[in-house]
Amino acid sequence: MATIYVDGKTYEVNPNNNLLHECLQKGIDIPYFCWHPAMGSVGSCRQCAVKQYKDENDTTGQIVMSCMVPAADGTRISVDDEEAVEFRRSVIEWLMTNHPHDCPICDEGGECHLQDMTVMAGHNYRRFRFKKKTYINQYLGPLINHEMNRCIQCYRCVRFYKDYAHGDDLDVFGAHNHIYFGRHEDGVLENEFSGNLVEVCPTGVFTDKTLKEHYTRKWDMTTAPSICTHCGVGCNTIGAERYGSVRRILNRYNGQVNGYFLCDRGRYGYDYVNSEDRIRTPMMRQENGELESASKELVLNTLKEALKSKKNIIGIGSPRASVESNYALKKFVGSDRYYTGLSDTESKLVDKIIGILKNAPVRSPSLKDIRESDAVFILGEDVTNTAPMMALALRQSIRQEPLKLVDMLKIPRWHEYAVQDTLQQRKGPFFIASVTGTKLDDIATRTYRAESDDIARLGFAVAHILNKDAPAVKKLNKEVKQLAEVIAGALKKAERPVIVSGTSLGNEVIVHAAANVAAALSKEDRRTNLSYIVPEANTMGVGLLGGGSIGDAIRGVKDKKADTLIIFENDLYRRANKSNVDSFLKHFKHIIVVDYMQHTTTQRATAVLPAGTFGETDGTFVNYEGRAQRYFQVYYPEQEIKESWRWLRDATLQAGHNDFKEWQNLDAVVGAINREVAAFRKINEAAPNSRFRIAGLKMSRASARYSGRTSIRSHENVHEQKPPDDPDSPFTFTMEGYSGIKPPGLTNLFWAPRWNSVQALTRFQEEIDGPLRGGDPGVRLIEPAQRFSFSYFTDVPAAFEKRNDEFYTVPLHHIFGSDELSIKAPWIGELAPKPYVLLNKEDAGVKEYNEGDEVEVQLSSGTWKLPVKISDSIPAGVIGIPAGLPGLETAILPGWSTISK
Amino acid sequence: MVSLLKSLWYVFLHMFQKRVTVQYPEEKNYLPPRWRGRIVLTRDPDGEERCVACYLCSVACPVDCIALAATEEEDGRRYPDFFRINFSRCIYCGYCEEACPTYAIQLIPDFEMAEYNRQNMVYEKEHLLINGEGKYHGYNFYKYAGLELKNKGKGEGENEAPPVDPKSLMP
Amino acid sequence: MSETLQHIVIVFGILFGLLTLAAGLIWIERRLLGVWQNRYGPNRVGPLGIFIVLADMIKIFFKEDWIPPFADKKVFVIAPTIIMFVVLMSWAVVPVAPGVVVLDLNVGILFFLAMSSIGIYSTVLAGWASNNKYSLLGGLRMSAQMFSYEVFMGLSLMGVVIMAGSFNLTDIVNAQKNMWFVVPQFLGFIIFFIAGLAESHRLPFDMPEAESELIAGFHSEYSGMKFGMFFVGEYVGVTLISAFIVTLFFGGWHGPVLPPFVWFFLKMMFFICLFVLLRAALPRPRYDQLLSYGWKILLPLALLNIVVTGGLVLAFE
Repeated sequence: MATIYVDGKTYEVNPNNNLLHECLQKGIDIPYFCWHPAMGSVGSCRQCAVKQYKDENDTTGQIVMSCMVPAADGTRISVDDEEAVEFRRSVIEWLMTNHPHDCPICDEGGECHLQDMTVMAGHNYRRFRFKKKTYINQYLGPLINHEMNRCIQCYRCVRFYKDYAHGDDLDVFGAHNHIYFGRHEDGVLENEFSGNLVEVCPTGVFTDKTLKEHYTRKWDMTTAPSICTHCGVGCNTIGAERYGSVRRILNRYNGQVNGYFLCDRGRYGYDYVNSEDRIRTPMMRQENGELESASKELVLNTLKEALKSKKNIIGIGSPRASVESNYALKKFVGSDRYYTGLSDTESKLVDKIIGILKNAPVRSPSLKDIRESDAVFILGEDVTNTAPMMALALRQSIRQEPLKLVDMLKIPRWHEYAVQDTLQQRKGPFFIASVTGTKLDDIATRTYRAESDDIARLGFAVAHILNKDAPAVKKLNKEVKQLAEVIAGALKKAERPVIVSGTSLGNEVIVHAAANVAAALSKEDRRTNLSYIVPEANTMGVGLLGGGSIGDAIRGVKDKKADTLIIFENDLYRRANKSNVDSFLKHFKHIIVVDYMQHTTTQRATAVLPAGTFGETDGTFVNYEGRAQRYFQVYYPEQEIKESWRWLRDATLQAGHNDFKEWQNLDAVVGAINREVAAFRKINEAAPNSRFRIAGLKMSRASARYSGRTSIRSHENVHEQKPPDDPDSPFTFTMEGYSGIKPPGLTNLFWAPRWNSVQALTRFQEEIDGPLRGGDPGVRLIEPAQRFSFSYFTDVPAAFEKRNDEFYTVPLHHIFGSDELSIKAPWIGELAPKPYVLLNKEDAGVKEYNEGDEVEVQLSSGTWKLPVKISDSIPAGVIGIPAGLPGLETAILPGWSTISK
Repeated sequence: MVSLLKSLWYVFLHMFQKRVTVQYPEEKNYLPPRWRGRIVLTRDPDGEERCVACYLCSVACPVDCIALAATEEEDGRRYPDFFRINFSRCIYCGYCEEACPTYAIQLIPDFEMAEYNRQNMVYEKEHLLINGEGKYHGYNFYKYAGLELKNKGKGEGENEAPPVDPKSLMP
Repeated sequence: MSETLQHIVIVFGILFGLLTLAAGLIWIERRLLGVWQNRYGPNRVGPLGIFIVLADMIKIFFKEDWIPPFADKKVFVIAPTIIMFVVLMSWAVVPVAPGVVVLDLNVGILFFLAMSSIGIYSTVLAGWASNNKYSLLGGLRMSAQMFSYEVFMGLSLMGVVIMAGSFNLTDIVNAQKNMWFVVPQFLGFIIFFIAGLAESHRLPFDMPEAESELIAGFHSEYSGMKFGMFFVGEYVGVTLISAFIVTLFFGGWHGPVLPPFVWFFLKMMFFICLFVLLRAALPRPRYDQLLSYGWKILLPLALLNIVVTGGLVLAFE
């Protein structure tokens, strides 16, 4: 701890940080632009000037940039000094000379860091009377809008895009007065994290293009804390609504998970909530065989018969439904009749993963832990496409090992350019073993391309080198052996290594191999971080809840004598062979699907009930790490849209079952899970319950300056209606209620007096760049056991052998397209690749296929006609098919296939 | 006591003075141009809607009686998709006019808007939009905003320099 | 038989005339206030706006007659009827013309004083039953004010009684055949006039209602015809006080040429107009000023008036 003096007051600060950081930390307002807690200081904007004094006798002082001065013991500064104030005011006046008068049509207006800083620095009168610079804008794709006129040359965008996210197609061009931030030519920004420019840019140069289509100001949106539904990472988001549609997703800082950033899938995938394909009313199969809308009462009444006897019911849950809904279904139909809704492979892998994380001498790391790792070994995952934010975290880890040099030279870590100059091209050890090229290859020390079994063999080999107790791999070729030595050596040297693997290849032995490597690395006092990527928001949740797979349901249906099937938020055709599902569904007289999107399974239903997305419901998801996180309803839907468990409650009550009579709100369900499922003992700590109040008040969803409440609905009825109640959460749907800084799990708006932009975040953090005030939200359900019971997996597979007539077909994941929900957003659809089949050059040569040729790929789950794409990196004998793309949803991968022209 | 009687007398004398009451509606009072009455949406000199749907009027409104939604023409010109004022709530404070950065929303000298049915007090854009510039003539926001539009390129507005060429090395 | 009939005619004649007059006062007061404030007052409904009375009546009859759920219901309903009852009863002893009186009581003045004392109950109970802090404050003020002014109101009349030698109002009128009592009893008249104002809680002495501070005081919670009864009670009270001033100090029906009834009416209307003029001209005093003025100035003056009158009567008889 160091003592600094600011305007005569004494503060205890951390000397490892800079003055700006520490002053903001202590609640002192200093304007700034270029500094960002995740990206350090570069001192380019000259806005955070303060006056520094040598000692107590010095009255003259000198102007310094507070972001470039360490908060060393005894530092004396003045923020309110007249000269410093004048300096800051002039700096912003210069910045504003060319800033256009377009705030009214600027999407940043009202949440603009530049507006805030202008007011804070005291510039309030424009003296500049000359011509303003203009710039030609660029087309940057469907996600980001570009308006260069507004630029104030703070360099934050390129620092994020190039230095933090390692993108290479956004840069700064020109010189002196002609500086231009953009691409070398018009085109879609290639980096998967480009959406963060919207939040990083202090003004309106980069704005959310999707928000533009239904533009609403920050203060007018009803917001609630949410959890991203598009992959298994579980990033914290803020969902925002106006006029009955979700308008945008903003990042919600969680020091342990996503930090300051989101991936583009998470930020822009929200539009499925507003999609045409939504199910918004209850539907029933009519006599003519058509599925048509019907009233809730009518549908529930006809379901009476179907739900009469529990013994006749089979329930299938879903990894995209909340823990609460899955639990309700399981409780109603009974453990032996409940299935998780995971596919066969997924189910097997997830069970394995949970077993390993619970019992092996490993630890499941948060993204923060991953960011701080100093050696990485990825087995079989294309992380950027299967868990994008984890990829961003991994990208930060390459700095960790070289940073030792920076520390040795006593360069403060926040001194970004000095750090960069020191690091030069140094990178920490980063190894990727994958089937084909991945988007992290650019930072990899070594990459290894092989079929999934071969990847596992590499893993087993590394484990064996690290610890001789681990099984050895037979018939390993020399090159691979040598690579294994290199990897093992690097991992051994590391202090905080992380092993990353996952389910995306559907290969069990890879999971085993990763566990072996991590276990072999673990020492008595330190468990190695082992991260398994799971595909969906609640895959871990249903895994922890336990239950058979869809395959088990299909195989077991004959013995169960069931005539009613309840499916929660699941499209069975995406997870099992079409023919199997078809024959499975034929067993049932009643097929009740509770879901929010129309898909093939809802087409086969006899009754469909409209479930809610993250926008309309509350619930809990468990992410890859085992962290249970609560998401809250963003807005009150006009139609009859409810949580799946509520539909089940209503339907079963109608049918005369009293199981859920007591379930009046979410707390009751969470309480029941808490009592009855051991794995979820801590689930109630995920967020405050519905009785939570501050000063006797509920939390407000709308901002204190929400507008139009007496006229939004006045065209329907001039008499104002009572706003709806929310029994499930401590939130109100209006601006009534507590609107100050809410507890971390309930933060729905980053706003503080004088800080209207997202930069207000510093006021919500206990420590800047650290946890939120009151601790980061969410609760880890899987902690490594004190005493582990682990024996090395010994199922080392044989090396892959290519077949003559068949190809081993692996799924290729895409950040845009592979996710079932985000693809419904038109802009994500635009960015998604067209279906293709990836073929090795050699194989293509043998088959005499050229790039673009249409070929027929025959899998056990169906036949597809796809254009050929030829690649060097995919091993011979293996082909890749993009997973989940429209038209390819029903391809069940991996598997063996044949190709013909 | 005497002062009381005096005031009684003076008040009594008022009997012989002229009455000041204006017999509305037969006689009409003079309303100054800046009278804060009915709210209208005006057009710019080129006849286009002045409103750019910036939401500042709605947020300035102390009774929250203005609701609107922004939408865009293909060239990026922003305008309100709908614009609704619930006059049964309006207190004619004029904050919306003060907040308006484009002179679009203006209060005019008309207060005769009583209705038998409250529902008729809800005005939509078609009721609010007039075919003129209202009190403030000649202002066209888009000439100053620096934005690129259908018939206005970058640098063609008022006080705008021609677009920067990032490839140039000239000072 | 004919005497009974005559009596019935007088009773209903006075009752009807009184209520019509009270209703008409709505119009008269508003027109007069308009005149003295350089405006028109009601002038839209009917000739000179006279039918505003009708419109007001219709409105007040059709207004929702609401009893607040927190009120003491029985008392709440009874309170406004008391004031109506009391002022109408007081009118029974007023001789309008020779022989035209409902009840020629030999203690007419005492009856009047007794009735006006009962009148306090109306406002106090209304204030209490409304269960509203402003109403209660209004009721409290009313009780203190009426209680105080009751004292010297009675005392101020004693001079008249001494001079007439009777409590009977007809006798008092007859005693003024040659000289109105206002001349010898000028002090008594002034005191009675002020006390009368306070009794009828008209401006400037309307502290119990004081809309600016007590939002209508004891009748805040009243609406519809219950409010109407307070309203009519107040106007009948004004006519009552005017009638008493005329009877006691201005020679009642006495006057040349015109028939006695007309004289009585004209004199009474003059005082009613004076009441309205007071309302138009004078501000409301502070409440403590009102009470200290009563006890410290009016009471000694009233006592002095009795002593001097008594002494002179004794000396000259």
